[in-house]
This record gives sequence, C-alpha cells and structure tokens, in this order.
Amino acid sequence: MNLSLNLVAVRTLIRKEVIRVMRIWVQTIVPPAITMTLYFIIFGNLIGRRIGSMDGFDYMQYIAPGLIMMSIITNSYGNVVSSFFGAKFGRHVEEMLVSPMSNSAIIVGHVAGGVLRGLAVGALVTVIALFFTDLSVKHPLITVTMVVLSSTVFALAGFINAVFAKKFDDISIVPTFVLTPLTYLGGVFYSISLLPEFWQNVSKANPILYMVNAFRYGILGTSDIGIGYAYAIVLIFVILLFSACLFLMNRGVGIRE
Amino acid sequence: MRSGQVVKIRRLMKALSINALTKTYANGNQALKGINFDVDVGDFYALLGPNGAGKTTAIGIITSLVNKSGGNVKIFGHDIDTEVEAAKACIGLVPQEINLNLWEKVGNIVETQAGYYGLNRRLARSRTEKYLRALRLWDRRHDAARSLSGGMKRRLMIARALVHEPRLLILDEPTAGVDIEIRRSMWEFLREINDAGTTIILTTHYLEEAESLCRHVAIIDEGRIIEDAPMSAVLRKLQREVFVLTLAEPMLAPPELDGFDASLRNEDELEVGMGRERNLNELFTQLNARNVGVISLRNKSNRLEELFMRLVENKQDNGVDAA
Repeated sequence: MNLSLNLVAVRTLIRKEVIRVMRIWVQTIVPPAITMTLYFIIFGNLIGRRIGSMDGFDYMQYIAPGLIMMSIITNSYGNVVSSFFGAKFGRHVEEMLVSPMSNSAIIVGHVAGGVLRGLAVGALVTVIALFFTDLSVKHPLITVTMVVLSSTVFALAGFINAVFAKKFDDISIVPTFVLTPLTYLGGVFYSISLLPEFWQNVSKANPILYMVNAFRYGILGTSDIGIGYAYAIVLIFVILLFSACLFLMNRGVGIRE
Repeated sequence: MRSGQVVKIRRLMKALSINALTKTYANGNQALKGINFDVDVGDFYALLGPNGAGKTTAIGIITSLVNKSGGNVKIFGHDIDTEVEAAKACIGLVPQEINLNLWEKVGNIVETQAGYYGLNRRLARSRTEKYLRALRLWDRRHDAARSLSGGMKRRLMIARALVHEPRLLILDEPTAGVDIEIRRSMWEFLREINDAGTTIILTTHYLEEAESLCRHVAIIDEGRIIEDAPMSAVLRKLQREVFVLTLAEPMLAPPELDGFDASLRNEDELEVGMGRERNLNELFTQLNARNVGVISLRNKSNRLEELFMRLVENKQDNGVDAA
C-alpha cells in the first residue's frame, strides 16, 4: 500500500466531505441545533423543573451530556450513510473505486467526515446547552476521547448501512427503527438505576448506554457503569465495525458487480 | 539499465494484456466467454461491438468496477489481482454514463479526483486548470456540474480522467449525444493526447469515429472477440464497396458499366458497387466515355460499419465463434 498516496487521498476525501456539509449546512447543521434546543426547552426546562434532581444534579444538567452525545451519534451516522449512499446512487463512488486509493482510505475518509460533522454539531449543541444550564468538564480527556470514539462507531455503522442500501428508504430504516430507540433507551433522559433490575440488565446490552454514561462521567463526574468497561465496549465496536466495513469493501458488496 | 534495454522492455510491454477473461453475472448471464487481446503501448485501440456484447463489462473489469469470474488482466505489466493500486494508477476512465456529482463544482470535481490519485494540492490545482482549459471548461469551474450541458459534462469527465495524466485512457462511448462540432473538437483533442504518448482504448457506436481515430480494432460480440487486427488490415477485408456519385446532369436510366453495378438512387445520384479488384480510375474512364459528369463522390456507408455489420451478421447466421 502506498502510504503517502493514501494520506493525500484521505485528506482529499475529508475536505470533500467538509465542503459537502458546509454546502448543505441548512440540512446538516441547523436541524440538530433546532431539535436539541426544543429538547432543552421542553424536557430540561418545562418538564425538568417538576422532575427535580437526578444523581445529585438538576435534571437539565443531567440530560445535557446525553443530548450532546445523541446529536453527535445521529449526525455522525447520518453524514456517512447519506454521503456514501448518495455517491453510490449518483455513481460518483466510481471516482474513488477506479482510483488507486485503498478501501481502508475510502472508509477512513468517510468516517472522518462523519466524525467532523458529529463534532461540529456537538459543539453547537454544547453552546446551546450553555444557555440553559452550567456545564463544566470534570474529565476533559475522557470527554474528548469518548466523543471521538462514539462518533467513529456510528460513522462506521452508517457506512455499513450505506453499503447495503439500495434505495433512499434503506438509509432511513436503521436510524428510525434501531438508532432512535437505542438512543432514547440509552440513558439520555434517565439513570438506569431508576429501572427494575431486569430492565437494568437489558439496558446493558445497549452500546449507546456506555457512550452516554462515559461522556456524562467526563462532564459531570457521574456514571451508571464503569468507565473502563465503556472504553472496552466502544473500542471493540470500532474494531469490529471497521473490520466489517473493510470486508464488505474488499468483497465489493453493494458497490461492484 | 541501458537505453537499448529500456526500448526493448517498452516494446515487449503491453499497455493492456487480457488473457482468458470471463465474467458470469449472478443472474447467470455469461457476459464474457474467455476473451484475449493485447493493446500496444501508444496505440489508439477501438473496442467495438453491438449493445450487450460485453464491452462495458470488459472495461468494468479492467478498471476494477466489476469483479471478474476468471482470467488475467495486466495493465503495463501490473496484474489487477496482485498489484491493483499500481494497475489503477495507470488508468483514466471516461465511463459511458454520466457519473458526476452534479451538486459539486466543476473545479472541485477535477481537483478531488487528482487527490484520489495522490497528487498534492498544488499539483492538483495546476493540473485542474490545465485540463479544464484544454477542454474549454475553465470559465465554468465555479459552477455546479448540473448546470453544464450534456457535451460539457462529457468533456468534464474527460478532464477528470486525465488529471492524473494516466498512461492508459479508456473512453466508453465518450461522444454519445454530443453534437458534431464538439465531437470533432474532442477527436482533435484525443489525437493530441495519443500523439503525446497516452495509449487510448475507445468504445463507440459511431464507427466513422473509430475509423477516423483508431489504428487497431477489436470487435466483440456475445462475449467473444470476433476480430482483432490493425484498422488497415480490417478494412482491407472489405471485398466490395458501394459509392454514391452526385451527377452533373440529371439522368433517367443508369449507364451500362463493365464490371460495376450501377443503379440510380434518384435522377441526380448514381449508386455504383465495385469489387476490390476494380479501382476508381476504371470507373471514371467508363463514365467519361459515356459523357457522364460527376460533381462529387462518397461512400454509401462507413466502411468499418459495413464490415462490422457483416462480421456480426455472419456470426449470427453461421453460429460460428470466430475468436
């Protein structure tokens, strides 16, 4: 593999993805900002006042990290799935496939694009959150690494979705029927200690629970699960999903006859 | 290495070497049934065939867009199975269908493609300018690709394919739907590229295009190569040609010509069929003797087209595999 060629190719692909996100900023940046503002107003401000505190924090403060993580996850996923499927649909994916850039470079470039969009939206949502509550980062390293790793996991998942998608409906099925329920049940709005023991155990099968809690630990210093365990789970997902992406690309699934 | 050795290696090396290439699609369609052909370095090579013959499948395999079922493909000596990145770096592809990101700016499309081939930003920009200017698209570099006309989109795909200056340029029906003026200018441009040393493989349904541009022709039909020879040798196989003569004076009945078949298309045009053993001097001698004035002369149909139809039809009639 020609490393310098692939580095240039990855940089080019990231630049292209960033240009794409900026070109359609009304679709990529504004909607999550509006949605999250509504969450903060309705759940945090109006309903949250009646809920009181959770794990020793006022409700608005408690849900803020989860909402930031939710926006990062959904945007990382959405960016890659729409970009790569769009390239397949418009057949300009062939620009990459005929070039000498490796399949790993194609995956890394798209995933990096998704992560960057996730981070951009996450930063914007954090700024919005600061209008509603005070947030101070307790563990900066954990916060940053968990954000990057979590968005990588979902960017890779979005890539796999795009590989298999044959029509536009296929890129909305997983977010609607899998991603959204897992996010809502991943402890964004509540501590799993509120659940009966059975449902607590069921919740532990949800990878988003680990991401949300580790991120919350990074900001607030509180978590329902062990942080080391969360890192292990997220890293395993990164490795498994990247391997799956590479396998699919090498086999030409969904992209080559 | 001595220059003599380099020259020898260049002579021996093929720009493209295809051996026993097969492709069977998942639906059972056997698109390629073991084709073999070589393209010399610097050649301008026509790959012709009716719709569904297997041309685009072959190009897809060469460019790694289609997985092959069997056989070998080497590009400048690089096997696509074992040295795929080196093989891909040698190729520029202009596909049959428009595959541009129509929302992207013209300049960005070409510059991004250069990046995919590992060209640094500065070089990518200068090459982008070079090829957009050469294909008369520089003024449109800030426009989205969707705003271009059909002919401009085709030219943009050529610029995109050339930006990394490939040694082998593959054009899959590059002039489809392009008006005659732009087509001619594209021919001129392709000749220049070829003269500068780029090997070109062209598929086209415009056989006059292939005859005008290419030095070697292969005809593929039903997944097999049925002709593969220099253009001049292929054209020599034509046993008979038909000419249309525009007459100086209207004529009511065709003249009796010894050794030629003459018939009137209308009172101003005479159609004359002649075998290879005859020549035009004999024809004009006889016409002069009968006081028949001729203003102009043209082939009734393109010569390559005639041969192409004959080869394809013969194969269908005889059920012969001429590979």
